[in-house]
Amino acid sequence: MTHDHDDHDHDHDHDNRYTDMQARVKALETVLTEKGLLDPAAIDAIVEAYETRIGPRNGAHVVARAWTDPAFADWLKRDATAAIASLGYAGRQGEHMRAVFNTPDTHNLVVCTLCSCYPWSVLGLPPVWYKAPAYRSRAVIDPRGVLAEFGVTLPADKKIRVWDSTAELRYLVIPERPPGANGLSEADLAKLVSRDSMIGASIAGAPT
Amino acid sequence: MNPPDAILTQSPGLPRSPDGDPVFPEPWNAEAFAMTVHLHAKGLFTWSEWAAALSAELHKPGRAENGSDYFDCWVAALSGLLTTKGVTDADAILALQHSWQRAAEATPHGQPIERANDPLV
Repeated sequence: MTHDHDDHDHDHDHDNRYTDMQARVKALETVLTEKGLLDPAAIDAIVEAYETRIGPRNGAHVVARAWTDPAFADWLKRDATAAIASLGYAGRQGEHMRAVFNTPDTHNLVVCTLCSCYPWSVLGLPPVWYKAPAYRSRAVIDPRGVLAEFGVTLPADKKIRVWDSTAELRYLVIPERPPGANGLSEADLAKLVSRDSMIGASIAGAPT
Repeated sequence: MNPPDAILTQSPGLPRSPDGDPVFPEPWNAEAFAMTVHLHAKGLFTWSEWAAALSAELHKPGRAENGSDYFDCWVAALSGLLTTKGVTDADAILALQHSWQRAAEATPHGQPIERANDPLV
């Protein structure tokens, strides 16, 4: 197992400052929760319901293009920020993207150990579990165990690389193209790509 | 879940995906949206009250030409509506806003930001 922690000196300061609007939203949440008008879990559920349907479609488009267009896949390997931007998905905070490709030998898993840096532009909002301290710590210590809890059992000889996201560099996992998906259009292929598979917490589904 | 049609149809200018779903440039946008959906579903305000509040904010002078302040208007509308309904008042919201900012700055890296971390709480 390989860990890639070469960016561990990165600056996470941005996560410990709230803009006026971020703080205003937190303030409203606090008021409403204290008055019993708001259940924070209900808010998470609404956000999750939208974001699982919307944001990850962008990433699925990137993956499907990479599966069908070798030149795009090559570009994605060399300069993911530019390749992804060419499809219209540019990060708003100027962060760089790196695409990490699953292969028969290596499975990639993305985490942010220090906070919850996440590739918003291609995956939308992070799932609740991604932000949870349990995932953030255990993904590094015991990635194979974490994957098993997600229902992903990998061959014992398959390497797992864990990528620690930073404020400046976000990772997108390009899952392996499922067997039996030959001849599908890019749009149909994109439907096989789940959000979790682009974090590395799942594998891309087989066509049904 | 079913789409909260009233909020969607009564929120002019809401950024949409090609399928008509809302799109959130930043996480707090989604949280503000979700709070509004939730409070509307609980009956705290009607769709017409929400529409009027949002519309008033969107038509104030000084808005960004590129619409990048859309969710700023959204939050202002929600704050105003909560004040109108007597849930809270502007001073209380501002005090909590500053408290959260102090809490964020006082929170060590890697730990969740809790308001209890505000040194003045």
